[in-house]
Amino acid sequence: MALEERAVLVALAGQPNVGKSTLFNLLTGLSQHVGNWPGKTVERKEGVFVHDGMRYRLVDLPGTYSLTANSAEEVITREFIIREQPDVVVALVDAAILERSLYLVAELLPLPAPVVVALNMMDVAEQEGVHIEPQVLEAALGVPVVPTVATRNEGVNNLLASIEKVTRGDYPYHPTLPRIREDHGDVFQKVEAAIEGCVPDPYPQDWTALKLLEGDQEITKMMEACLPEDRLRRLHSILLEHDDALVAVASGRYEWIGRMTRAALTRPKTGAISLTGKLDRWATHPFWGLVIMAGILGLVFWLTYAVGAPLQEFLDTYVVGNLAALARMALTGTPSWLTDLVADGVIGGVGAMLTFLPILVIFFAVMGVLEDVGYLARAAYVMDRFMHLMGLHGKSFLPLFLGFGCNVPAVLGARVIESKRARLLTILLAPLVPCSARMTVIAFLAPAFFGSAAALVSWGMILLGLTVLALSGVLINKTIFHGERAAFIMELPIYHLPNWRTIGLRVWQRSLSFVRKAGTLILGVSVVVWALSTLPAGNIETSYLARLGQLLEPVGRLMGLDWRLTVALLASFIAKENSIATLGVLFGTAQGGSLAQQLAATFPASTALAFLTVQMLFIPCVATVAVIRQETKSWLWTLFDLGFLLIVSLSVSSAVYWAARLLGL
Amino acid sequence: MRAKSHRFWASSPGSNDSVVSLSALHAGEHGEVVELAGGRCMLSRMTALGFTPGADVRVVQNYGRGPLIARVRDARIALGRREAERVYVRKSSG
Repeated sequence: MALEERAVLVALAGQPNVGKSTLFNLLTGLSQHVGNWPGKTVERKEGVFVHDGMRYRLVDLPGTYSLTANSAEEVITREFIIREQPDVVVALVDAAILERSLYLVAELLPLPAPVVVALNMMDVAEQEGVHIEPQVLEAALGVPVVPTVATRNEGVNNLLASIEKVTRGDYPYHPTLPRIREDHGDVFQKVEAAIEGCVPDPYPQDWTALKLLEGDQEITKMMEACLPEDRLRRLHSILLEHDDALVAVASGRYEWIGRMTRAALTRPKTGAISLTGKLDRWATHPFWGLVIMAGILGLVFWLTYAVGAPLQEFLDTYVVGNLAALARMALTGTPSWLTDLVADGVIGGVGAMLTFLPILVIFFAVMGVLEDVGYLARAAYVMDRFMHLMGLHGKSFLPLFLGFGCNVPAVLGARVIESKRARLLTILLAPLVPCSARMTVIAFLAPAFFGSAAALVSWGMILLGLTVLALSGVLINKTIFHGERAAFIMELPIYHLPNWRTIGLRVWQRSLSFVRKAGTLILGVSVVVWALSTLPAGNIETSYLARLGQLLEPVGRLMGLDWRLTVALLASFIAKENSIATLGVLFGTAQGGSLAQQLAATFPASTALAFLTVQMLFIPCVATVAVIRQETKSWLWTLFDLGFLLIVSLSVSSAVYWAARLLGL
Repeated sequence: MRAKSHRFWASSPGSNDSVVSLSALHAGEHGEVVELAGGRCMLSRMTALGFTPGADVRVVQNYGRGPLIARVRDARIALGRREAERVYVRKSSG
């Protein structure tokens, strides 16, 4: 088949923070498809582009530092290259951190696909005083090396030309391969001899031998299944005797890097303090770092409330309200249940989701900027010592913080955490962060019940929520995760100006994926709850939901709640604000006075406190549940979390109720 | 996953008493990595980030408690104190 007739498959690989997304977006623009790698919660991006009459399919591989099976990202990257054998692998390296970023190249070269090295961030390197001769590096490596500045669209045409040359076979491709450190050369040969002829296709034999020496669990498992008994015993005894080989393999790669860069790289004189160093003196300072972070987070809050909340209200009243009215008009003449289903059930449900969007978009955008600039890693660093108390580390702080706006981005944001255990714990705890919708409910009810003490009560509620979060973290970590703690090792990238295109595309993709995935579940549940609140007679007072509330009243009684408050609590599952709307319906305006006045007249302070508490800690809204399911990929963990939150919220608010009664409230 | 402890010496540690934990270096001090301790998974991450025997590590920030920042192979790496305690370096002067 002629090359022109099929798309050339190009894989984009690189360590984190080397500007992979920027290059990917530059090449594919909006013609990209974002999804997940099969069975993994790792984002898979693919796009097509045409250059010089040739069609290219570009697959963005996850950012990884190495290719040993420590995380899903590493396995995905190497399995893709070994199994799909792309026509070219573009290895993006950070010119400012040349040696360290060539480590991945050292891992990519032995794989069965030609590599083109893109020397990105040449501008940042020059700023840091690092000077590199690309031709000299190319001569040493034996593969094309193309200097680029993806943020300014520089060098991209040269990169494409190199890709084309390699795919056409016009480039004398003779890579210099790294070897294991000399003192382990014999061992390597012994391992190779032990597995010779038994390595399943398409895994390269020498690569497999290296991975065995590195103690790679996936490859060890693979070979255990393939080798005959006697050879397996031989292999095990070699590996057992040389269980220190991992460092020898890694050292071998760095020795190779040293040889490759010796002539090409001129380093700055030590002592010169870079801009990043100067900024970090403040941003990572144990005290000033916290002050700066508090300032930035305050700004995020302000943005959310000043821009997001009015937008949310606008969408709710004008867009959703008008849409519902429009639907009612369009459906005149059809049975009234159909009109109600569409206007209240479907549009109400979709509307609830739509109103999430402004807050989500703002949070995604702010997160995107902070991440792109390089600040996110600093915030994680500053918060690390506090997160330790819960068996988490610094990286969990930001996702949890996002929860104050909305629990949905908090759960989605947990993706930045590599450790599976820490990620799961962060997701499970996220619903305990008081989100803005819960705060709205508190903000409405606290003044209604407590008048001038409302601010104090609201603060108390937030404090209570966060205390329960911290205690739950300690508890879950100690019991289910046996007190294990994830290691905290994280690169602090060099600061640079944000790339708006990259951020914009990321916000767009994340919002779209939320609407697509969470949307279906939210819609389904909204319709079901709507049906429960209307059937059989068409009003909420005699509906199944009301009957359910009455049925559950004994449980509600524990917290001093009557059936109406219980129903309001159940209704909050769609969206937290629904509690107030439901109370509005249940109390009506028959007895006169506003809802606030009626509530204050009906319930004692003890009940009010208990209701606020349970609102604060209750199971999250359906949107959050949907993303918890999506991100954990497990109904079991999702249900565990819901059960846990149910028990915690009911017992804490019962305790609050009885304590308040004892105090005579 | 059970972490098995590994210890590796680049060269004989001998009676060299200038070998200390990375966490013991003050900001501005540097040294050469001689040994890494820890489970395989952790070692794999540490080596990929540049910590291999022979590498020069300079401590950028260390306030005596909590995590610290080190510079290795031109990259800035934040390390938890426990992780830093498991990197042994031969302190260099200057």
